[in-house]
Amino acid sequence: MTVVDRRPSTGLATRSVGVGFKAEHFEAIVDTAPKLGFFEVHAENYMGAGGAPHRRLDKIRELYPLSLHGVGLSIGSPGPLDRAHLQRLAAVARRFEPALVSEHLAWSTHEGAFFNDLLPLPYTDETLARVAEHIDEAQNALGRTMLLENPSTYVLFAESTWGETDFLREIARRTGCGLLLDVNNVFVSAINHGREPERYLADFPLEAVGEIHLAGYAEDADDAGLPLLIDAHDSPVRESVWALYEAALGRLGATPTLIEWDNDLPDWPMLLGEARRAERVVDKTANSAERVDAV
Amino acid sequence: MPFETTIRAFAAALAEPSAAPPAMTLGRMGAPDLRRFSVYRNNVAVGLIGAIEARYPVSRRLAGDDLFRAMARAFVQSHRPRSPVMIAYGEEFPEFLAGCDRLEACLVDVARLENAWVEAYHAKDASVATVAELAALSPENLPRARIVFHPAARLLRFVTPAASVWASAQNCEPPAAPIETPGEDALITRPDCDVRVRVLPPLAYDFALQLRQGATLIEAAQALDDPAFDFGTHLVGLVESGAVARVIPGQSS
Repeated sequence: MTVVDRRPSTGLATRSVGVGFKAEHFEAIVDTAPKLGFFEVHAENYMGAGGAPHRRLDKIRELYPLSLHGVGLSIGSPGPLDRAHLQRLAAVARRFEPALVSEHLAWSTHEGAFFNDLLPLPYTDETLARVAEHIDEAQNALGRTMLLENPSTYVLFAESTWGETDFLREIARRTGCGLLLDVNNVFVSAINHGREPERYLADFPLEAVGEIHLAGYAEDADDAGLPLLIDAHDSPVRESVWALYEAALGRLGATPTLIEWDNDLPDWPMLLGEARRAERVVDKTANSAERVDAV
Repeated sequence: MPFETTIRAFAAALAEPSAAPPAMTLGRMGAPDLRRFSVYRNNVAVGLIGAIEARYPVSRRLAGDDLFRAMARAFVQSHRPRSPVMIAYGEEFPEFLAGCDRLEACLVDVARLENAWVEAYHAKDASVATVAELAALSPENLPRARIVFHPAARLLRFVTPAASVWASAQNCEPPAAPIETPGEDALITRPDCDVRVRVLPPLAYDFALQLRQGATLIEAAQALDDPAFDFGTHLVGLVESGAVARVIPGQSS
Protein backbone atom coordinates (compact mmCIF):
# COMPACT_ATOMS: atom_id res chain seq x y z
CA MET A 1 0.00 0.00 0.00
CA THR A 2 1.62 3.26 -1.08
CA VAL A 3 0.12 5.73 1.34
CA VAL A 4 2.03 8.92 0.67
CA ASP A 5 3.55 10.92 3.53
CA ARG A 6 4.89 14.51 3.57
CA ARG A 7 1.44 15.75 2.61
CA PRO A 8 0.63 19.47 2.99
CA SER A 9 -1.13 20.29 6.22
CA THR A 10 -4.47 21.93 5.43
CA GLY A 11 -6.05 22.44 8.82
CA LEU A 12 -8.79 19.96 7.85
CA ALA A 13 -8.93 16.44 9.25
CA THR A 14 -7.68 14.05 6.57
CA ARG A 15 -10.90 12.03 6.64
CA SER A 16 -13.19 15.06 6.36
CA VAL A 17 -15.68 15.29 3.52
CA GLY A 18 -17.24 18.65 2.66
CA VAL A 19 -19.78 20.24 0.33
CA GLY A 20 -19.78 23.44 -1.71
CA PHE A 21 -21.99 25.87 0.22
CA LYS A 22 -24.92 27.51 -1.59
CA ALA A 23 -27.30 30.08 -0.06
CA GLU A 24 -30.25 27.95 -1.28
CA HIS A 25 -29.24 25.25 1.24
CA PHE A 26 -28.60 27.56 4.19
CA GLU A 27 -31.90 26.95 6.02
CA ALA A 28 -31.68 23.18 5.62
CA ILE A 29 -28.10 23.13 6.90
CA VAL A 30 -28.77 25.32 9.93
CA ASP A 31 -32.05 23.52 10.76
CA THR A 32 -30.61 20.00 10.55
CA ALA A 33 -26.96 20.70 11.54
CA PRO A 34 -25.65 17.59 9.73
CA LYS A 35 -22.32 16.10 10.77
CA LEU A 36 -19.99 17.17 7.97
CA GLY A 37 -16.25 17.81 7.66
CA PHE A 38 -16.31 21.30 6.10
CA PHE A 39 -17.94 23.70 3.66
CA GLU A 40 -16.22 25.35 0.72
CA VAL A 41 -17.20 28.67 -0.88
CA HIS A 42 -16.12 30.65 -3.92
CA ALA A 43 -14.21 33.60 -2.47
CA GLU A 44 -15.59 36.08 -5.04
CA ASN A 45 -19.15 35.58 -3.78
CA TYR A 46 -18.13 37.16 -0.47
CA MET A 47 -16.41 40.24 -1.88
CA GLY A 48 -19.49 42.43 -1.47
CA ALA A 49 -19.45 45.10 1.26
CA GLY A 50 -21.83 43.33 3.66
CA GLY A 51 -25.37 42.04 4.06
CA ALA A 52 -26.91 38.58 4.02
CA PRO A 53 -24.07 36.70 2.25
CA HIS A 54 -21.59 37.67 4.97
CA ARG A 55 -24.10 36.92 7.71
CA ARG A 56 -24.84 33.44 6.32
CA LEU A 57 -21.17 32.58 5.98
CA ASP A 58 -20.49 33.81 9.54
CA LYS A 59 -23.09 31.29 10.70
CA ILE A 60 -21.66 28.44 8.58
CA ARG A 61 -18.17 29.30 9.81
CA GLU A 62 -19.42 29.16 13.40
CA LEU A 63 -20.67 25.58 12.83
CA TYR A 64 -18.07 24.08 10.43
CA PRO A 65 -14.50 24.46 9.18
CA LEU A 66 -14.31 26.46 5.95
CA SER A 67 -12.34 26.16 2.72
CA LEU A 68 -11.95 29.25 0.53
CA HIS A 69 -11.81 28.54 -3.21
CA GLY A 70 -10.86 31.47 -5.47
CA VAL A 71 -12.14 31.50 -9.05
CA GLY A 72 -10.96 34.92 -10.25
CA LEU A 73 -7.27 35.50 -9.47
CA SER A 74 -6.14 34.48 -12.97
CA ILE A 75 -2.90 32.89 -11.78
CA GLY A 76 -2.28 31.53 -15.29
CA SER A 77 -2.17 35.00 -16.93
CA PRO A 78 0.93 36.27 -18.73
CA GLY A 79 0.39 39.73 -17.25
CA PRO A 80 0.74 40.75 -13.59
CA LEU A 81 -1.81 39.62 -10.99
CA ASP A 82 -4.63 42.04 -10.24
CA ARG A 83 -3.28 43.47 -6.96
CA ALA A 84 -6.66 44.87 -5.91
CA HIS A 85 -8.23 41.47 -6.39
CA LEU A 86 -5.46 39.75 -4.45
CA GLN A 87 -6.06 42.20 -1.59
CA ARG A 88 -9.78 41.40 -1.71
CA LEU A 89 -8.99 37.68 -1.51
CA ALA A 90 -6.67 38.29 1.45
CA ALA A 91 -9.38 40.35 3.16
CA VAL A 92 -11.97 37.57 2.75
CA ALA A 93 -9.42 35.10 4.16
CA ARG A 94 -8.74 37.39 7.15
CA ARG A 95 -12.42 37.81 7.84
CA PHE A 96 -13.53 34.17 7.63
CA GLU A 97 -10.29 32.42 8.68
CA PRO A 98 -10.63 29.39 6.40
CA ALA A 99 -8.73 26.17 7.08
CA LEU A 100 -7.35 26.35 3.53
CA VAL A 101 -7.26 28.59 0.46
CA SER A 102 -7.13 27.27 -3.10
CA GLU A 103 -7.07 28.60 -6.68
CA HIS A 104 -6.78 27.27 -10.23
CA LEU A 105 -4.10 26.60 -12.82
CA ALA A 106 -5.98 28.78 -15.31
CA TRP A 107 -6.46 32.36 -16.46
CA SER A 108 -9.68 34.39 -16.55
CA THR A 109 -8.59 38.02 -17.03
CA HIS A 110 -6.72 39.54 -19.97
CA GLU A 111 -5.92 43.27 -20.14
CA GLY A 112 -8.61 44.08 -17.62
CA ALA A 113 -11.38 42.09 -19.33
CA PHE A 114 -12.76 39.32 -17.10
CA PHE A 115 -13.96 36.24 -18.99
CA ASN A 116 -15.73 34.52 -16.08
CA ASP A 117 -14.33 31.09 -17.03
CA LEU A 118 -11.24 29.05 -16.16
CA LEU A 119 -9.21 29.22 -19.36
CA PRO A 120 -6.24 27.04 -20.34
CA LEU A 121 -2.59 27.98 -20.78
CA PRO A 122 0.35 26.40 -22.58
CA TYR A 123 2.88 24.55 -20.47
CA THR A 124 6.36 25.93 -21.27
CA ASP A 125 9.39 27.15 -19.28
CA GLU A 126 8.08 30.70 -19.71
CA THR A 127 4.57 29.97 -18.42
CA LEU A 128 5.97 27.87 -15.57
CA ALA A 129 8.14 30.78 -14.39
CA ARG A 130 5.20 33.19 -14.62
CA VAL A 131 2.76 30.94 -12.75
CA ALA A 132 5.37 30.32 -10.03
CA GLU A 133 5.88 34.10 -9.61
CA HIS A 134 2.13 34.60 -9.31
CA ILE A 135 1.79 31.89 -6.68
CA ASP A 136 4.70 33.34 -4.69
CA GLU A 137 2.99 36.73 -4.78
CA ALA A 138 -0.39 35.28 -3.78
CA GLN A 139 1.08 33.23 -0.94
CA ASN A 140 2.96 36.29 0.35
CA ALA A 141 -0.21 38.41 0.28
CA LEU A 142 -2.21 35.66 1.99
CA GLY A 143 0.52 34.89 4.50
CA ARG A 144 -0.03 31.17 3.96
CA THR A 145 0.51 28.41 1.42
CA MET A 146 -2.33 27.70 -0.96
CA LEU A 147 -3.49 24.76 -3.04
CA LEU A 148 -3.50 24.89 -6.86
CA GLU A 149 -6.13 22.88 -8.77
CA ASN A 150 -5.51 20.86 -11.95
CA PRO A 151 -7.85 22.08 -14.73
CA SER A 152 -10.44 20.52 -17.02
CA THR A 153 -9.26 21.30 -20.56
CA TYR A 154 -10.86 21.01 -23.98
CA VAL A 155 -7.83 21.98 -26.11
CA LEU A 156 -4.05 21.54 -25.90
CA PHE A 157 -1.43 24.06 -27.09
CA ALA A 158 0.99 23.43 -29.93
CA GLU A 159 3.84 25.11 -28.03
CA SER A 160 3.52 23.10 -24.79
CA THR A 161 6.77 21.35 -23.84
CA TRP A 162 5.73 20.15 -20.37
CA GLY A 163 3.14 17.55 -19.48
CA GLU A 164 0.50 18.86 -17.06
CA THR A 165 1.49 16.56 -14.17
CA ASP A 166 5.20 17.47 -14.48
CA PHE A 167 4.24 21.15 -14.73
CA LEU A 168 2.20 20.91 -11.51
CA ARG A 169 4.98 18.98 -9.73
CA GLU A 170 7.52 21.66 -10.64
CA ILE A 171 5.16 24.50 -9.58
CA ALA A 172 4.68 22.83 -6.20
CA ARG A 173 8.44 22.27 -5.84
CA ARG A 174 9.33 25.88 -6.70
CA THR A 175 6.63 27.62 -4.68
CA GLY A 176 5.91 25.22 -1.83
CA CYS A 177 2.22 25.35 -2.71
CA GLY A 178 0.06 22.27 -2.30
CA LEU A 179 -2.16 20.81 -5.00
CA LEU A 180 -5.90 20.33 -5.20
CA LEU A 181 -6.53 17.09 -7.09
CA ASP A 182 -9.83 17.48 -8.94
CA VAL A 183 -10.63 13.88 -9.88
CA ASN A 184 -13.46 14.94 -12.19
CA ASN A 185 -11.04 17.24 -14.03
CA VAL A 186 -8.58 14.35 -14.33
CA PHE A 187 -11.26 12.21 -15.95
CA VAL A 188 -12.61 14.99 -18.20
CA SER A 189 -9.18 16.08 -19.46
CA ALA A 190 -7.92 12.53 -19.96
CA ILE A 191 -10.93 11.50 -22.05
CA ASN A 192 -10.84 14.79 -23.98
CA HIS A 193 -7.21 14.22 -24.96
CA GLY A 194 -7.48 10.49 -25.58
CA ARG A 195 -5.50 9.36 -22.55
CA GLU A 196 -6.00 6.93 -19.66
CA PRO A 197 -7.26 8.71 -16.52
CA GLU A 198 -5.44 6.10 -14.40
CA ARG A 199 -2.21 6.98 -16.17
CA TYR A 200 -2.64 10.71 -15.41
CA LEU A 201 -3.27 9.81 -11.79
CA ALA A 202 -0.16 7.61 -11.67
CA ASP A 203 1.91 10.55 -12.95
CA PHE A 204 0.33 13.10 -10.57
CA PRO A 205 2.54 14.49 -7.75
CA LEU A 206 0.41 12.95 -5.03
CA GLU A 207 2.85 13.99 -2.30
CA ALA A 208 1.63 17.57 -2.71
CA VAL A 209 -2.14 16.88 -2.63
CA GLY A 210 -4.01 18.62 0.21
CA GLU A 211 -7.59 18.31 -1.03
CA ILE A 212 -9.68 16.40 -3.57
CA HIS A 213 -12.64 17.72 -5.60
CA LEU A 214 -15.44 15.57 -7.02
CA ALA A 215 -18.17 16.80 -9.39
CA GLY A 216 -20.38 15.80 -12.29
CA TYR A 217 -19.54 16.24 -15.99
CA ALA A 218 -21.65 16.56 -19.14
CA GLU A 219 -21.05 14.76 -22.45
CA ASP A 220 -20.65 16.21 -25.94
CA ALA A 221 -18.54 15.48 -29.04
CA ASP A 222 -15.82 17.39 -30.91
CA ASP A 223 -15.50 18.16 -34.65
CA ALA A 224 -14.21 14.63 -35.28
CA GLY A 225 -17.14 13.09 -33.39
CA LEU A 226 -14.84 12.03 -30.54
CA PRO A 227 -16.12 12.28 -26.97
CA LEU A 228 -15.82 15.71 -25.41
CA LEU A 229 -16.59 15.87 -21.69
CA ILE A 230 -17.57 19.18 -20.11
CA ASP A 231 -16.77 20.10 -16.49
CA ALA A 232 -20.35 21.16 -15.79
CA HIS A 233 -20.82 20.81 -11.99
CA ASP A 234 -24.54 20.34 -12.65
CA SER A 235 -25.13 16.66 -11.82
CA PRO A 236 -24.10 13.79 -9.52
CA VAL A 237 -20.54 12.47 -9.55
CA ARG A 238 -20.29 9.81 -12.30
CA GLU A 239 -19.52 6.17 -11.53
CA SER A 240 -16.30 6.43 -13.55
CA VAL A 241 -15.15 9.32 -11.32
CA TRP A 242 -16.11 7.46 -8.12
CA ALA A 243 -13.94 4.56 -9.27
CA LEU A 244 -11.03 6.88 -10.04
CA TYR A 245 -11.51 8.56 -6.63
CA GLU A 246 -11.30 5.21 -4.89
CA ALA A 247 -8.10 4.44 -6.78
CA ALA A 248 -6.68 7.86 -5.83
CA LEU A 249 -7.49 7.38 -2.14
CA GLY A 250 -5.92 3.92 -2.29
CA ARG A 251 -2.63 5.61 -3.15
CA LEU A 252 -3.07 8.84 -1.15
CA GLY A 253 -4.72 7.61 2.01
CA ALA A 254 -7.56 9.67 3.48
CA THR A 255 -7.63 13.21 2.04
CA PRO A 256 -10.13 16.05 2.63
CA THR A 257 -12.69 15.68 -0.15
CA LEU A 258 -15.25 18.13 -1.51
CA ILE A 259 -18.46 17.55 -3.49
CA GLU A 260 -18.88 20.46 -5.94
CA TRP A 261 -22.29 21.20 -7.42
CA ASP A 262 -22.69 24.74 -8.80
CA ASN A 263 -25.42 24.63 -11.46
CA ASP A 264 -28.94 23.11 -11.52
CA LEU A 265 -28.66 22.72 -7.75
CA PRO A 266 -30.20 19.64 -6.15
CA ASP A 267 -32.07 19.75 -2.87
CA TRP A 268 -29.95 19.52 0.27
CA PRO A 269 -30.61 15.82 1.07
CA MET A 270 -29.40 14.77 -2.38
CA LEU A 271 -26.21 16.81 -2.06
CA LEU A 272 -25.60 15.46 1.43
CA GLY A 273 -26.11 11.97 -0.01
CA GLU A 274 -23.16 12.55 -2.37
CA ALA A 275 -21.02 13.57 0.62
CA ARG A 276 -22.12 10.46 2.54
CA ARG A 277 -21.05 8.29 -0.38
CA ALA A 278 -17.60 9.96 -0.38
CA GLU A 279 -17.37 9.28 3.38
CA ARG A 280 -18.02 5.59 2.75
CA VAL A 281 -15.20 5.50 0.18
CA VAL A 282 -12.88 7.23 2.68
CA ASP A 283 -13.83 4.71 5.41
CA LYS A 284 -13.39 1.75 3.07
CA THR A 285 -9.95 2.80 1.78
CA ALA A 286 -8.76 3.90 5.25
CA ASN A 287 -9.84 0.58 6.77
CA SER A 288 -8.12 -1.43 4.06
CA ALA A 289 -4.97 0.71 4.51
CA GLU A 290 -5.05 -0.02 8.25
CA ARG A 291 -5.38 -3.75 7.61
CA VAL A 292 -2.39 -3.65 5.29
CA ASP A 293 -0.44 -1.69 7.90
CA ALA A 294 -1.30 -4.33 10.49
CA VAL A 295 0.09 -7.21 8.42
CA MET B 1 5.27 31.46 -29.32
CA PRO B 2 5.45 34.00 -26.45
CA PHE B 3 2.91 33.41 -23.65
CA GLU B 4 1.36 36.87 -24.11
CA THR B 5 0.83 36.30 -27.85
CA THR B 6 -0.98 33.02 -27.24
CA ILE B 7 -3.30 34.38 -24.55
CA ARG B 8 -4.01 37.52 -26.60
CA ALA B 9 -5.08 35.37 -29.57
CA PHE B 10 -7.18 33.15 -27.32
CA ALA B 11 -8.91 36.15 -25.69
CA ALA B 12 -9.58 37.79 -29.06
CA ALA B 13 -11.15 34.59 -30.44
CA LEU B 14 -13.30 34.24 -27.30
CA ALA B 15 -14.70 37.74 -27.69
CA GLU B 16 -15.57 37.33 -31.38
CA PRO B 17 -18.31 34.69 -31.88
CA SER B 18 -17.61 34.19 -35.61
CA ALA B 19 -13.79 33.91 -35.28
CA ALA B 20 -12.07 30.61 -36.08
CA PRO B 21 -10.49 28.77 -33.13
CA PRO B 22 -6.93 30.05 -32.54
CA ALA B 23 -4.30 28.26 -34.64
CA MET B 24 -2.18 27.17 -31.67
CA THR B 25 -5.09 25.33 -29.95
CA LEU B 26 -5.26 21.64 -30.75
CA GLY B 27 -7.89 18.91 -30.55
CA ARG B 28 -7.15 15.20 -30.76
CA MET B 29 -6.61 15.36 -34.52
CA GLY B 30 -3.68 17.76 -33.91
CA ALA B 31 -5.52 20.78 -35.35
CA PRO B 32 -7.82 23.56 -34.10
CA ASP B 33 -11.28 22.17 -33.32
CA LEU B 34 -14.26 24.51 -33.39
CA ARG B 35 -16.50 22.47 -31.11
CA ARG B 36 -13.77 22.24 -28.50
CA PHE B 37 -13.01 25.95 -28.58
CA SER B 38 -16.75 26.67 -28.53
CA VAL B 39 -16.98 25.09 -25.07
CA TYR B 40 -14.99 28.05 -23.73
CA ARG B 41 -16.97 30.57 -25.77
CA ASN B 42 -20.21 29.00 -24.60
CA ASN B 43 -19.10 28.94 -20.95
CA VAL B 44 -18.38 32.66 -21.11
CA ALA B 45 -21.71 33.54 -22.78
CA VAL B 46 -23.84 31.25 -20.59
CA GLY B 47 -22.13 32.48 -17.43
CA LEU B 48 -22.62 36.16 -18.22
CA ILE B 49 -26.21 35.77 -19.45
CA GLY B 50 -26.92 33.69 -16.34
CA ALA B 51 -25.58 36.51 -14.17
CA ILE B 52 -28.00 38.98 -15.82
CA GLU B 53 -30.93 36.56 -15.46
CA ALA B 54 -30.10 36.07 -11.77
CA ARG B 55 -29.86 39.82 -11.13
CA TYR B 56 -33.14 40.68 -12.92
CA PRO B 57 -35.61 37.83 -12.21
CA VAL B 58 -38.77 39.97 -12.27
CA SER B 59 -37.73 41.86 -15.41
CA ARG B 60 -37.21 38.45 -17.01
CA ARG B 61 -40.69 37.31 -15.99
CA LEU B 62 -42.24 40.52 -17.34
CA ALA B 63 -40.35 40.38 -20.65
CA GLY B 64 -40.70 36.63 -21.15
CA ASP B 65 -37.72 34.26 -21.35
CA ASP B 66 -37.02 34.61 -25.08
CA LEU B 67 -37.07 38.41 -25.28
CA PHE B 68 -35.12 38.74 -22.03
CA ARG B 69 -32.45 36.30 -23.15
CA ALA B 70 -32.04 38.13 -26.46
CA MET B 71 -31.59 41.43 -24.60
CA ALA B 72 -29.19 39.86 -22.09
CA ARG B 73 -27.18 38.32 -24.93
CA ALA B 74 -26.88 41.69 -26.67
CA PHE B 75 -25.89 43.34 -23.38
CA VAL B 76 -23.13 40.86 -22.46
CA GLN B 77 -21.69 41.12 -25.99
CA SER B 78 -21.19 44.87 -25.58
CA HIS B 79 -20.56 45.02 -21.80
CA ARG B 80 -17.83 42.58 -20.76
CA PRO B 81 -17.05 42.42 -17.03
CA ARG B 82 -14.04 44.46 -15.93
CA SER B 83 -13.74 42.78 -12.53
CA PRO B 84 -13.70 39.21 -11.24
CA VAL B 85 -16.24 40.28 -8.61
CA MET B 86 -19.40 39.32 -10.48
CA ILE B 87 -21.63 40.69 -7.68
CA ALA B 88 -21.38 44.07 -9.41
CA TYR B 89 -21.80 42.80 -12.99
CA GLY B 90 -24.89 43.96 -14.87
CA GLU B 91 -25.52 47.26 -13.08
CA GLU B 92 -25.59 49.02 -16.46
CA PHE B 93 -28.32 46.72 -17.81
CA PRO B 94 -31.26 49.08 -17.02
CA GLU B 95 -29.58 51.92 -18.94
CA PHE B 96 -28.91 49.50 -21.79
CA LEU B 97 -32.62 48.60 -21.81
CA ALA B 98 -33.56 52.30 -21.78
CA GLY B 99 -31.67 52.64 -25.07
CA CYS B 100 -33.62 49.81 -26.72
CA ASP B 101 -36.46 50.73 -29.09
CA ARG B 102 -40.07 49.70 -28.48
CA LEU B 103 -39.44 48.42 -24.97
CA GLU B 104 -42.10 49.03 -22.28
CA ALA B 105 -41.02 51.89 -20.01
CA CYS B 106 -42.22 49.82 -17.08
CA LEU B 107 -39.69 47.09 -17.88
CA VAL B 108 -36.84 49.61 -17.71
CA ASP B 109 -38.15 50.92 -14.37
CA VAL B 110 -38.48 47.42 -12.90
CA ALA B 111 -34.91 46.64 -13.98
CA ARG B 112 -33.73 49.83 -12.24
CA LEU B 113 -35.55 48.71 -9.10
CA GLU B 114 -33.99 45.25 -9.25
CA ASN B 115 -30.49 46.69 -9.69
CA ALA B 116 -30.99 48.96 -6.67
CA TRP B 117 -32.30 45.93 -4.73
CA VAL B 118 -29.05 44.00 -5.41
CA GLU B 119 -26.94 47.03 -4.46
CA ALA B 120 -28.85 47.31 -1.18
CA TYR B 121 -28.48 43.55 -0.57
CA HIS B 122 -24.67 43.72 -0.77
CA ALA B 123 -24.23 47.16 0.84
CA LYS B 124 -22.01 47.71 3.87
CA ASP B 125 -23.47 46.77 7.23
CA ALA B 126 -24.37 49.72 9.49
CA SER B 127 -26.69 50.40 12.38
CA VAL B 128 -29.86 52.45 11.83
CA ALA B 129 -31.25 55.36 13.79
CA THR B 130 -34.39 54.58 15.81
CA VAL B 131 -37.50 56.64 16.44
CA ALA B 132 -36.58 56.63 20.15
CA GLU B 133 -33.22 58.25 19.35
CA LEU B 134 -35.03 60.80 17.22
CA ALA B 135 -37.46 61.59 20.04
CA ALA B 136 -34.55 62.13 22.41
CA LEU B 137 -33.22 65.05 20.35
CA SER B 138 -34.16 68.47 21.65
CA PRO B 139 -36.92 69.97 19.45
CA GLU B 140 -35.13 73.28 18.92
CA ASN B 141 -32.14 71.48 17.36
CA LEU B 142 -34.27 69.45 14.97
CA PRO B 143 -34.95 71.97 12.15
CA ARG B 144 -31.24 72.42 11.51
CA ALA B 145 -30.48 68.69 11.85
CA ARG B 146 -28.98 66.78 8.92
CA ILE B 147 -29.41 63.13 7.97
CA VAL B 148 -26.77 60.49 7.31
CA PHE B 149 -28.41 57.83 5.17
CA HIS B 150 -27.80 54.12 5.73
CA PRO B 151 -25.40 52.62 3.11
CA ALA B 152 -28.15 50.37 1.72
CA ALA B 153 -30.77 53.13 1.29
CA ARG B 154 -31.76 53.83 -2.34
CA LEU B 155 -34.23 56.46 -3.61
CA LEU B 156 -35.92 55.84 -6.94
CA ARG B 157 -38.35 57.87 -9.08
CA PHE B 158 -40.23 56.00 -11.78
CA VAL B 159 -42.38 57.22 -14.68
CA THR B 160 -44.42 54.01 -14.26
CA PRO B 161 -45.90 52.19 -11.22
CA ALA B 162 -42.81 49.99 -11.23
CA ALA B 163 -42.73 49.22 -7.51
CA SER B 164 -46.31 47.90 -7.55
CA VAL B 165 -45.66 45.91 -10.73
CA TRP B 166 -42.45 44.50 -9.22
CA ALA B 167 -44.28 43.50 -6.03
CA SER B 168 -47.19 41.85 -7.85
CA ALA B 169 -44.89 40.02 -10.29
CA GLN B 170 -42.79 38.41 -7.52
CA ASN B 171 -44.57 35.10 -7.54
CA CYS B 172 -47.27 35.32 -10.17
CA GLU B 173 -47.81 36.22 -13.79
CA PRO B 174 -47.57 39.90 -14.68
CA PRO B 175 -50.76 41.93 -15.29
CA ALA B 176 -51.83 41.37 -18.90
CA ALA B 177 -53.10 44.87 -19.76
CA PRO B 178 -50.78 47.88 -20.08
CA ILE B 179 -50.72 49.89 -16.90
CA GLU B 180 -52.12 53.43 -17.17
CA THR B 181 -51.57 54.52 -13.57
CA PRO B 182 -49.08 57.27 -12.73
CA GLY B 183 -45.44 56.87 -11.82
CA GLU B 184 -44.28 55.87 -8.37
CA ASP B 185 -41.44 56.89 -6.06
CA ALA B 186 -39.79 54.13 -4.08
CA LEU B 187 -37.44 53.76 -1.15
CA ILE B 188 -35.25 50.66 -0.76
CA THR B 189 -33.76 49.91 2.64
CA ARG B 190 -31.95 47.06 4.34
CA PRO B 191 -31.86 47.86 8.05
CA ASP B 192 -30.57 44.36 8.90
CA CYS B 193 -30.31 41.62 6.24
CA ASP B 194 -33.70 41.80 4.58
CA VAL B 195 -34.17 44.22 1.70
CA ARG B 196 -37.43 46.20 1.84
CA VAL B 197 -39.10 48.13 -0.96
CA ARG B 198 -41.77 50.70 -0.14
CA VAL B 199 -43.76 53.11 -2.27
CA LEU B 200 -43.32 56.68 -1.01
CA PRO B 201 -46.19 59.15 -0.45
CA PRO B 202 -46.24 62.40 -2.47
CA LEU B 203 -43.29 64.76 -1.81
CA ALA B 204 -41.41 62.20 0.32
CA TYR B 205 -38.95 61.49 -2.51
CA ASP B 206 -38.24 65.20 -3.06
CA PHE B 207 -37.78 65.74 0.68
CA ALA B 208 -35.43 62.76 1.06
CA LEU B 209 -33.48 63.80 -2.03
CA GLN B 210 -32.88 67.26 -0.50
CA LEU B 211 -31.68 65.60 2.71
CA ARG B 212 -29.43 63.25 0.77
CA GLN B 213 -27.86 66.28 -0.92
CA GLY B 214 -26.99 67.70 2.50
CA ALA B 215 -29.90 70.04 3.28
CA THR B 216 -31.04 70.50 6.87
CA LEU B 217 -34.58 69.34 7.70
CA ILE B 218 -36.00 72.84 7.53
CA GLU B 219 -34.18 73.64 4.28
CA ALA B 220 -35.45 70.40 2.74
CA ALA B 221 -39.03 71.12 3.84
CA GLN B 222 -38.95 74.73 2.60
CA ALA B 223 -37.60 73.66 -0.79
CA LEU B 224 -40.84 71.74 -1.38
CA ASP B 225 -42.90 74.93 -1.46
CA ASP B 226 -45.89 73.26 0.27
CA PRO B 227 -47.00 74.98 3.48
CA ALA B 228 -48.91 71.85 4.55
CA PHE B 229 -45.77 69.67 4.41
CA ASP B 230 -44.95 68.24 7.85
CA PHE B 231 -41.28 67.29 7.92
CA GLY B 232 -41.64 65.56 11.30
CA THR B 233 -44.01 62.92 9.93
CA HIS B 234 -41.81 62.31 6.90
CA LEU B 235 -38.67 62.11 9.01
CA VAL B 236 -40.29 59.50 11.26
CA GLY B 237 -41.27 57.59 8.12
CA LEU B 238 -37.67 57.58 6.87
CA VAL B 239 -36.32 56.49 10.25
CA GLU B 240 -38.94 53.74 10.66
CA SER B 241 -38.09 52.37 7.23
CA GLY B 242 -34.43 51.97 8.20
CA ALA B 243 -33.17 54.53 5.68
CA VAL B 244 -31.39 56.67 8.27
CA ALA B 245 -28.06 55.76 9.87
CA ARG B 246 -27.75 58.89 12.03
CA VAL B 247 -29.42 62.24 12.71
CA ILE B 248 -26.85 64.96 13.31
CA PRO B 249 -28.48 67.62 15.52
CA GLY B 250 -28.20 71.23 14.36
CA GLN B 251 -26.43 73.79 16.55
CA SER B 252 -28.90 76.17 18.21
CA SER B 253 -28.03 79.73 17.27
